[in-house]
Amino acid sequence: MYKKVLLAADGSENSVRAAEHAMAMVEHEQDSHMDIIFAVDGDKSKSDVLKYGDSNVINSKRKAKLAPIETKLKEKNISYDIHIKHGDPGPTIVKFANEGSYQCVIIGSRGLNQVQTMVLGSVSHKVAKRVQCPVMIVK
Amino acid sequence: MNVQKLKKEWFGNVRGDVMAGMVVALALIPEAIAFSIIAGVDPQVGLYASFCIAVVIAFVGGRPGMISAATGAMALLMVTLVANHGLEYLLAATVLTGILQVIFGFSGLSRLMKFIPRSVMVGFVNSLAILIFIAQIEHFEGESWVMYALVALTLLIIYTFPLISKAIPSTMIAIIVVSAFAIFMGFNVRDVGDMGALPSTLPIFLIPDIPLNFETLAIIFPYALSLTVVGLLESLLTSNIVDDMTDTESNKNKESKGQGYANVVTGFFGGMAGCAMIGQSVINVKSGGSGRLSSLVAGVFLMFLIIILGGLVVQIPMAALAGVMIMVSISTFDWGSIRAMPKIPKSDTIVMVLTVIVVVYTHNLAIGVFAGVLLSMVFFAAKISRVKLTEEEGSDKTTKVYRVQAQLFFASVSEFTKSFDYDKDAEAGIKHIDIDLSESHVWDDSAVEALDKVKSKYKQKDITTGFIGVNKESSRLIEKLDGMISGH
Repeated sequence: MYKKVLLAADGSENSVRAAEHAMAMVEHEQDSHMDIIFAVDGDKSKSDVLKYGDSNVINSKRKAKLAPIETKLKEKNISYDIHIKHGDPGPTIVKFANEGSYQCVIIGSRGLNQVQTMVLGSVSHKVAKRVQCPVMIVK
Repeated sequence: MNVQKLKKEWFGNVRGDVMAGMVVALALIPEAIAFSIIAGVDPQVGLYASFCIAVVIAFVGGRPGMISAATGAMALLMVTLVANHGLEYLLAATVLTGILQVIFGFSGLSRLMKFIPRSVMVGFVNSLAILIFIAQIEHFEGESWVMYALVALTLLIIYTFPLISKAIPSTMIAIIVVSAFAIFMGFNVRDVGDMGALPSTLPIFLIPDIPLNFETLAIIFPYALSLTVVGLLESLLTSNIVDDMTDTESNKNKESKGQGYANVVTGFFGGMAGCAMIGQSVINVKSGGSGRLSSLVAGVFLMFLIIILGGLVVQIPMAALAGVMIMVSISTFDWGSIRAMPKIPKSDTIVMVLTVIVVVYTHNLAIGVFAGVLLSMVFFAAKISRVKLTEEEGSDKTTKVYRVQAQLFFASVSEFTKSFDYDKDAEAGIKHIDIDLSESHVWDDSAVEALDKVKSKYKQKDITTGFIGVNKESSRLIEKLDGMISGH
């Protein structure tokens, strides 16, 4: 039943786990498509520019982070697109999700404890609260 | 530049730019005051600078959405100039810095910045962070526990207020709360008023009061040159970050010129030299600013607040400012570079650490960058001069092929000529040797000479040599130099 889903991923272990669930949803469907959104916030921009300098290098390094997910998608022959968006991860993902018409948004949870959640804020909670379609949080 | 693009850069995002500009103005005030204090001038010098630079850059900058003002990196370079020669010389140096930056912009010299390795840039921001922190320590000297408590309170508010709201910069809240607390409790702590005058009017045009002679130039030129380099370095770095955050391109030469015009104007209006600010630009973009309007609003709103609220600003305790600066220092430091240390090449770490050590020792970011660049050049030469030789058997027992993987130039030639085992080849009854250069490049005359040397050494053992797979560029160089050598 899932033909068009959105996966929020940053290449972390949790996002790879989320990707596996997202793939399970669409792999046996005809004409299914997965969009992948990678949100880059300001601090990440700063440290990436410092580390790599050139914008071409930065882009390829970011793409490389999603490589493990991409390989699996190619293996399973799932059609996908990667969108690198800039801004605070929470609002950026929510905006992108609500502008497209997705049947489900899949996102990994960072597995923070209560104190960390209080300080850092939980991206997956924000997304779950504000996205208008079903959301799957993968632990 | 067409009108449509200009219109979009100015009015494409009015609401976002105005809001973000006001947020930036609030965050700029404590920094402008604190950086003035670091440089050893009245707070008004930094405030005038932030006003002039932000306003001028809004019109002439190359990177809309980037915030420029008085900065810590520049302030740190001025300390000895101010201490030894006074404010007027600083203003003259500021004007000269601007002129040099305009020249850099027109001549495209700012493109040279790409030769500064990443590890030096990381060293640059890390040492900047350390220097800003060190500059705060003197405020603690001879102070009571009240100072420490107020600094701790400031930091606590700065780091916890964002949990409640992110709309207002938490530094501003911290300053308001701590100031109110100190005034209400009647603590007799040092405040901004003790550090010098605050502006009560808009800045006016003045020509720096200095003798116009060679001696003056000799005094200010070295400072201006350092300020030029550091200002452009931080500005171009910041513009790259804003490019990435907004996913747009920007004109780096235009930005260099813009920084120059801004500094010339600032110098004539009683402000100190400045440049783009990473932290403020990130705040601006995060708060929704992306156009030229946000920089203009930031500058104008800052001046408005200072003129209206000057009487309150003088009562801000130094403890609150020191707290804000400690936060600036922590957020300037590239913590990722520490975490990445085990993963990146050792030579990169050494270059980064050396840059930091030189800066902290000399208190001059320009010298540190220079030392870092030199060291990474040495490392680069060492890395690229490595020679790899693999032996392969030829078509029969009397021939042999050496496959060379190397960049042949002055630094690698001695290793290259030593890599051949002349005696062993002679003993093995080899009569001809082919040297395969298809994975090599001949860069200079010492490389050609080295090839000749290898040839003649084999000749002494009655072994002939031939070169195969020489690429076009290399063979052109060999022919040209061979012609010259045999022409003697």
